[in-house]
Amino acid sequence: MTTATTSVSGPAANAAGENMRFYGVWLVGVIVLVVLPLVFSSGGSLTSFSLIGIAIVFALSYNILLGQTGLLSFGHAVHYGLGGFMACHMMNAVVSHGWPIPLPFIPLFGGLGGLAFAILVSWLMTKRAGTVFAMISLGIGELVASSSLILRSVFGGEAGITTDRTALPRMFGWTFGPQIQVYYLIAFWLVVSAIAMYALTRTPLGRISNAVRDNPERVQFIGYDPHVVRYLAYCFAGFFAGIAGGLAAISFEIANSAYLGAIQSGLVLFATFIGGTAYFFGPILGAILVTYLQLGLTSVTSVWQLYFGIIFIGIVMFSPGGIAGLLMMHRPLLRAGTLWTVIPSYLVAIVPTVALGCGVVLMIETIARYSGGEASAINLFGIAFNPRSPATWIAAAVLVAGGFVIARLTWRRIGEAWDRAATIARDRGYLA
Amino acid sequence: MTAAIEVRAVEKRFGNVSIIRDLNLSIAQGERHAIIGPNGAGKSTTFNLISGHIKPTSGEVRLNGDVISGLRPFEINRRGLSRSFQVTNVFARMTVWENVRCAVLWATGHRYAFWKNVDHLPEVREQTARILEDIHLTHRRDVPAGLLTYAEQRELEIGVTIAGGATVVMLDEPTAGMSHAETERAVSLIRRLTEGRTLVIVEHDMSVVFGLADRISVLVYGHIIASGTPEEIRRDPKVKEAYLGEEAH
Ligand SMILES: Nc1ncnc2c1ncn2[C@@H]1O[C@H](COP(=O)(O)OP(=O)(O)OP(=O)(O)O)[C@@H](O)[C@H]1O
Ligand SMILES: [Mg+2]
Repeated sequence: MTTATTSVSGPAANAAGENMRFYGVWLVGVIVLVVLPLVFSSGGSLTSFSLIGIAIVFALSYNILLGQTGLLSFGHAVHYGLGGFMACHMMNAVVSHGWPIPLPFIPLFGGLGGLAFAILVSWLMTKRAGTVFAMISLGIGELVASSSLILRSVFGGEAGITTDRTALPRMFGWTFGPQIQVYYLIAFWLVVSAIAMYALTRTPLGRISNAVRDNPERVQFIGYDPHVVRYLAYCFAGFFAGIAGGLAAISFEIANSAYLGAIQSGLVLFATFIGGTAYFFGPILGAILVTYLQLGLTSVTSVWQLYFGIIFIGIVMFSPGGIAGLLMMHRPLLRAGTLWTVIPSYLVAIVPTVALGCGVVLMIETIARYSGGEASAINLFGIAFNPRSPATWIAAAVLVAGGFVIARLTWRRIGEAWDRAATIARDRGYLA
Repeated sequence: MTAAIEVRAVEKRFGNVSIIRDLNLSIAQGERHAIIGPNGAGKSTTFNLISGHIKPTSGEVRLNGDVISGLRPFEINRRGLSRSFQVTNVFARMTVWENVRCAVLWATGHRYAFWKNVDHLPEVREQTARILEDIHLTHRRDVPAGLLTYAEQRELEIGVTIAGGATVVMLDEPTAGMSHAETERAVSLIRRLTEGRTLVIVEHDMSVVFGLADRISVLVYGHIIASGTPEEIRRDPKVKEAYLGEEAH
């Protein structure tokens, strides 16, 4: 999973070693998925892991568009949602007709639902890239979301379509009642989908998608129709989004209009971008972080969306490559053996940066709770702050101002250490 | 034998300005044909018209006898015509290797395949490696195209253009901005790589033009005022007056 989508994969001298490392990473990923629920076995963490797994499939499918093909969609949740509805209807049909289809096959029908709609709408959508595509995707998203409230027989109106996953034929004697069984079902589909989507990046279509992303004009002069490339990429993205939606339907035993709305489309864009679109594993990191934050923040603060906004702006401004880009920046330094020269400057920067962060959090929470008329204490690292006390306001101001001034100095030090390390790496030929 | 390229009475208007007027051009199979003319004469526009980048307002273009005007660029490319761009126009975030490989994929028949591993296609790998060897960029194969030096980008531009094995190759000022030594290298490269193919080249450097071309066409204000062998062009009084005169000062 560490292989960049832009990396080379021709015959290399150390091909064997690279292969080992490559399969090793995937193997570790699978082992983590298997072992995770054994280590953290509470019902709450199983649910969280399930949600994260679904979010990863969804974000990876979105990156087929954004990272691989350069298509910015504001309506990707349409395929996720339709996949979810398709899965719910399929489950209910299996139960009522007595078809011999066990639950683990249901996500496939979710995928086909997402794919079917992609086949229908995306030929027109992908005629153009850029702003035109983005606007059409927004329009289609709104169209489907509002239709879902009108077409009651298909979408079940406000209430949505409910289903019972335990009523389906069993497989290996599993009822899929307990969350742990649902978790393993999701983990299975996560692995299958991730491998399939990774494999897609290494096919002729995958590489030409990259070319279309970089320069759709030139692609036409090497024999390819960028419209067809975008269309095919979109169909794959719709298919895997549908699988994610099908998994969500299984997990929640319901599909409703929230699945295919703008908020869901925004979240997947958010997760993918924060994780980093230039590397295959970027959206995985983003999905983990965003789902985790979503679950964690909503229980401790009423303004969690504000934090999402701040994180998003921070990433866009300071690290447009996302978390993955930030991590992979260090690879040439690691290879050149100069990474250790920048680590100390990171360590020095941690304290003031964390202080600054705490100050910002304290300030936001104070304002939010004060103006919201809420008097509950703000709990930060086990210290309780009273939002109505001037001491809290002063502490926030000192942390923000002092933290910023000192943090800026340490960030400058990081920059200098970077330049030195990068120069050496460049001299040693690890950095272009 | 049918001409490789036949341009008949082509006109191109942008708004109500005629950029190309009554353009007639015939390029024989296997010929090395240079198009020269002052800045803004319409040389790149002619390339755009032939390669399908823009459509003629009237007139027709034939490739190996078949009408191609009105077809889209990728359809024309699939019929064996490939062109380069005056301003380097490659895939900036992809490596040199991937740039060339993408240009090989259609011609080797892999098209939009999503069931094949692109790394496990021996003929693609061999052809890509050969092209990289030809354009002297093997040692830079893993570098993103956007980070190449100017001269290297120009060589990659040529590589991407010829990679698909087109029988008609059109190069728009391939040596523009290159040093003398780089130009010499690029010209011998072009000479070698277009062996047995039809070459159409736009070039400002007269020593390159007269050294390389079998025939030359002179384009002035969107109209070809003379077409012939280098000797004929050198002697043509119209050309002397309109173009070579100012060039040779
Ligand atoms: N899309 C367009 N719309 C309007 N005018 C255009 C367009 N493309 C080219 N032109 C005009 O057509 C004329 C010919 O341009 P072209 O680029 O073909 O010249 P050229 O012979 O290639 O010149 P150079 O030697 O500078 O490359 C120029 O005056 C240019 O401004
Ligand atoms: Mg030009």
